[in-house]
Amino acid sequence: MSAPLLSVRGLTAFYGDFQALFGVDLDLARGGCVAIIGANGAGKTTLMRTICGIARAGQGEILLDGAPIHGLPAPEVLRRGVAMVPEGRKLFPSLSVEENLQIGAHERRGNGAWTLETIYDLFPVLRERRRNPGTALSGGQQQMVAIGRALMSNPEVLLCDEISLGLAPVVIRDIYAAVPRIREAGTAILVVEQDIGQALKIADHVHCMMEGRVTLSGRPSELSREAIHDAYFGVTHDLA
Amino acid sequence: MDRKTQLTILTAAFAFVLLAAVPVIGSRALVQDLFGVLTLLVLALNWNMLAGFSGLVSVGQQAFVGIGAYVMFACVILLGLDPLAGVLVGGLAAMALAVPMAAFAFRLNGAYFAIGTWVAADIVRLVTSQWQALGGGTGTSLPKGTTREMIFVQPVKDLLGGSSAAAADAVTYWVALALAVAMLGISYGFLRSRRGLALQAVRDNVEAARSVGIDPLRLKATVFLLTAFGTGLAGGLIFIQITRVTPEAAFSVIDWTAFVIFVTVIGGIGTLPGPILGVAVFYALERLLADYGTAYLILLGLIGMGVMLFARRGLWGWIADRTGFDPLPLSHRPPAPPSFTDLSDPVTQRS
Repeated sequence: MSAPLLSVRGLTAFYGDFQALFGVDLDLARGGCVAIIGANGAGKTTLMRTICGIARAGQGEILLDGAPIHGLPAPEVLRRGVAMVPEGRKLFPSLSVEENLQIGAHERRGNGAWTLETIYDLFPVLRERRRNPGTALSGGQQQMVAIGRALMSNPEVLLCDEISLGLAPVVIRDIYAAVPRIREAGTAILVVEQDIGQALKIADHVHCMMEGRVTLSGRPSELSREAIHDAYFGVTHDLA
Repeated sequence: MDRKTQLTILTAAFAFVLLAAVPVIGSRALVQDLFGVLTLLVLALNWNMLAGFSGLVSVGQQAFVGIGAYVMFACVILLGLDPLAGVLVGGLAAMALAVPMAAFAFRLNGAYFAIGTWVAADIVRLVTSQWQALGGGTGTSLPKGTTREMIFVQPVKDLLGGSSAAAADAVTYWVALALAVAMLGISYGFLRSRRGLALQAVRDNVEAARSVGIDPLRLKATVFLLTAFGTGLAGGLIFIQITRVTPEAAFSVIDWTAFVIFVTVIGGIGTLPGPILGVAVFYALERLLADYGTAYLILLGLIGMGVMLFARRGLWGWIADRTGFDPLPLSHRPPAPPSFTDLSDPVTQRS
């Protein structure tokens, strides 16, 4: 088996005295897709923010293609090939759709697959709206801009934090329809998702988090609905 | 190039030629008035870059005006340099002062940043008032005849005729005009560049900007230092014409920051034509209401409040919204591959 592209080992993170992550382990293969599921406050977003360098990592290590990126500042992590689609989209309101995409290329890595044209091919509606202010779009279209913006740096790993949050099911379906094409372009995806069904559909591997720990891991085909339910809600079966 | 752009360029070129010709065709009083307008425009363009495009609402710009003025005086009186060389050194000194100021003020956000810059500027004023070689708290004057012996004055006097003092006014006026045009051009070029786009992204959302690899601190610090340089240059130039400097005048928060904020806000903060329109309105009001004493300041305040309440993007924003006219568009390059590659390939640019 080939070495994972992204490897997280024993990762901890803190907010002041509060420990948010407790020795998290995960692997992401090149071109693969791993989903992190869990209830609010499970530590999913903290994990993403720590990997991409926005939040400070504690102990443990984060390796990208075997090289440590643990503790590097966010711009350097991006230069190494890890881009983030932040929760809530966070578009730049004074910039147009096209400028929001262009800013994603601020730390562009070589001449990879992702250009304005390939992003417009992925999300054709953005081509029609390219002169509009980014925040004048619908929630789903804004999410497409946020994903396109992250892809513009030609990342090897795309971190997607709650990309279905607050969107209608039909819009979520349209957005997730882009995932196979992103993977075909060689970009691996680590996605945080509260929608368990959606996560099981798109991911090769699923990790369920609870209170800063990974409580269940496996391939979607190996995990029973009951096991996921129990891990998600922290149900323990007392046999006594 | 479309017709609208051609018309804009022609109008701008005509305005520039007309302004450049003022010392030749206008009275000396007009030259002095427009010198004040142009230096106020330079200050407003710099403050607009800080507050309008970087989100750094500084109330301490008078520190850079003051230090620019004092260093220019020091260059002339203590080192015997030409006043225009002193202006350049004053700008560099202001940029050097911006380093410790940024180290202190960048730890603060929002209103605290504004108050912090004001406090820092006042500390600089108090320290400068101890500079006994330049008159301490009572200030000092340029040695008699300094401006008349300034570089370019004699050739201008020969060209225009008239007195040496009028020629000195013409020289400082042309330098102010060149500075204003350069500042406008540099601001426009910077804001349309990759860094300008990043700067506007930082102003909109710092965390999202970090997520696309922008270093907000470095970018803001760069703008803070460069605008300190521009503000320091304006400070030195302004006090060549005044010929006397005191700590109160050089570090006046009303003259060098409050009026500048007024001009930028009524014209249109975060737009490039805004400060130009704001300076024009300010000058017109000053002329119209010159005989009404303090009523003039009250009216300025009321106009400022009215614009902030009913036209939050300023007069220029109000006009642009209704006409769609934008002579200095800040939108970035279209998606044509060559221009986009140029914009977005820092990897090759670094190598």
